[in-house]
Amino acid sequence: MMTSTMRLLEADQLHLWRGELQVLRGLSFSLDAGRCLQVTGRNGAGKTSLLRVLARLLPLESGIVSWRGSDTSKDTFAYHSELAWLGHATALKGDLTARENLLYSAGLRRAITPDAMNAALAAVGYAHSDGHLVRQMSAGQQRRVALARVLLLDSVLWLLDEPTVNLDAGGQEMFGGMLQAHLERGGLAVVATHQTLPLPASRLQALELA
Amino acid sequence: MTWTWFHRFGSPPYFYRVAGILIPWFAWIAAVAAAAGLVGGLVLAPPDYQQGEGYRIIFVHVPAAVLSTMAYAVMATASGVGLIWRMNVAHAVAASCATIGAWFTVVALATGSLWGRPMWGTYWAWDPRLTSELVLLFLYLGYLGLRGAIDDGARADRACAVLALVGVINLPIIHYSVDWWNSLHQGHTVLKFGKASMPPSMLVPLLLMMLAFTMYFGAIMLVRARGEVLRRERSARWISEATGA
Amino acid sequence: MSAPGASRVSSWRAGLLLVQRDLRLAMRRPGEWLQPLIFFLVVTTLFPLATDPQMSRLRDMAPAALWVAALLSSLLALELLFREDGQDGSLEQLAVSGLPLAWLLLAKCCVHWLLTGLPLVLVAPLVATALGAPYAAIPGVLGALLVGSVTLSLIGAVGAGLTLGLRRGGVLLALLVLPLAVPVLIFGARATALAIALEPMAAPMYLLAAIAVLSATLAPLAAAAAVRISLE
Repeated sequence: MMTSTMRLLEADQLHLWRGELQVLRGLSFSLDAGRCLQVTGRNGAGKTSLLRVLARLLPLESGIVSWRGSDTSKDTFAYHSELAWLGHATALKGDLTARENLLYSAGLRRAITPDAMNAALAAVGYAHSDGHLVRQMSAGQQRRVALARVLLLDSVLWLLDEPTVNLDAGGQEMFGGMLQAHLERGGLAVVATHQTLPLPASRLQALELA
Repeated sequence: MTWTWFHRFGSPPYFYRVAGILIPWFAWIAAVAAAAGLVGGLVLAPPDYQQGEGYRIIFVHVPAAVLSTMAYAVMATASGVGLIWRMNVAHAVAASCATIGAWFTVVALATGSLWGRPMWGTYWAWDPRLTSELVLLFLYLGYLGLRGAIDDGARADRACAVLALVGVINLPIIHYSVDWWNSLHQGHTVLKFGKASMPPSMLVPLLLMMLAFTMYFGAIMLVRARGEVLRRERSARWISEATGA
Repeated sequence: MSAPGASRVSSWRAGLLLVQRDLRLAMRRPGEWLQPLIFFLVVTTLFPLATDPQMSRLRDMAPAALWVAALLSSLLALELLFREDGQDGSLEQLAVSGLPLAWLLLAKCCVHWLLTGLPLVLVAPLVATALGAPYAAIPGVLGALLVGSVTLSLIGAVGAGLTLGLRRGGVLLALLVLPLAVPVLIFGARATALAIALEPMAAPMYLLAAIAVLSATLAPLAAAAAVRISLE
């Protein structure tokens, strides 16, 4: 049972080097349920690196990322099974339709019903018919399908790196609503974006990387 | 805990200091053993009744061949340690072994070929030991190629570590398969020197040369490893204290 | 928010879904997957062209020609294993899925072998006969290549994982994989030679099978480690 004051995600003294550069210098933060950490910073400041570190795609030099109080390096599978990752690459297969993509990506982790799939596609404003292959879609539509995957995974933690790239104004509004709903259900999110997120101050935490 | 010595070695400043102490010792022992071994092998030992004077090349060939395999084993062990315990020092050691190991392989191949010439009539006859050495050389070249192809140092370390471990598991299999292959076809081209029947006048210089090569490997590897550690720890504070810069 | 574990998919089912996905993708681009097979046929044709094509000579050369061609063809086919998934981010998703990556990669390897290794095996009797092998030798030729091609796929997967995303990774991949494939080549060619000579071929087949089993257990783990490192 989750209390609203439980610190679900904690980062403690993260140090990260990429080649010559020290990208993260002793970064620490914590995030409660129902809150979103917005990561900003100029290009090359390390936003993507931070998100990849949190997703455990990048190993840390030193420091600990804890989830529900335990070190994520100790039980990575449990941690991964509770998060949804969306990086710069949409991870969509161009030769499959949107539904097939969702079936074979989100479906690897959760049993997905056709109703759930329809609901997710509707929620992201997916506009094409069933037979359309992903490579025939615009970048904006592809991004919407990728966001539908995030919805379908029904994960507690969302790690999103520039999720609104290629989305038009309507799409960005849609994303804001999606994020809001997720937080209201008790989820958390770490989002790297320059877009102003339509969230109340109580739910938003800012982190600027220098 | 008895593992503290192990983790202490993983500390770069400690490794740097200890390696610095060991290098001159290794170098001197190598020099003395090599001198004694070469004198004993090239001058004092009698000519072999079968192979005449030509056999003397074993005093270089055998140690080089043994060291070429030993260097790979050290490289794989260091890689494993680096991968499991995430020790930068271990990765530095592994990286240092590769080029030296490759050179030992080349020396073993060249001297083996020279040794084979009087026996086979040609410089190369697909002898199983030399063929295994050749495949080992390819393994080293692959390792060096992978290291060179990856720009990010940490990723290169870890990728090469996986490669070294896969290679070390394969090495006995490759060796066995090449021996097996050779036994099916001709068996008489094997470069053999019956070690059991070697008189002390030949055995002692050979062992001295083995010691010399091992110490030489140790010295050169530690020199390179120190350099690697310095390069990786460039910005750490202990560098200026240790190097007096 | 569903509690963790609810409606989670088992690893076994996830593997099957991944197999289904890769098969479906391959069916939509069949041309790509035919190329290694065509390459195999072309290379085996080169051997008789490069020498006196008398059947007795060709028969002596057949094991070598078959295996070298199979080796090179499987190297080329490795491009199709991880490259696209690496580029579009699918591999990344597999790595953070909470499912065992080694198992998922094994599933991918299975499909890859079915589509690139198995066709070679099925075509090999044709090629072997064209190179002078007697008809009675065909089961032996099939068997050796069947077991050997599985191992080649698995060893290749490790190399493909290590060289993922590198420029000119293709040549480096060959340099990494070929020395590791030497035992398979030696035992496989010997088994094929014995088959063509209509002699018992149990010994090299056992050795080939032992290597295949070793590869099946270790290669997915090594490939998973390699892929994670390449995703850094």
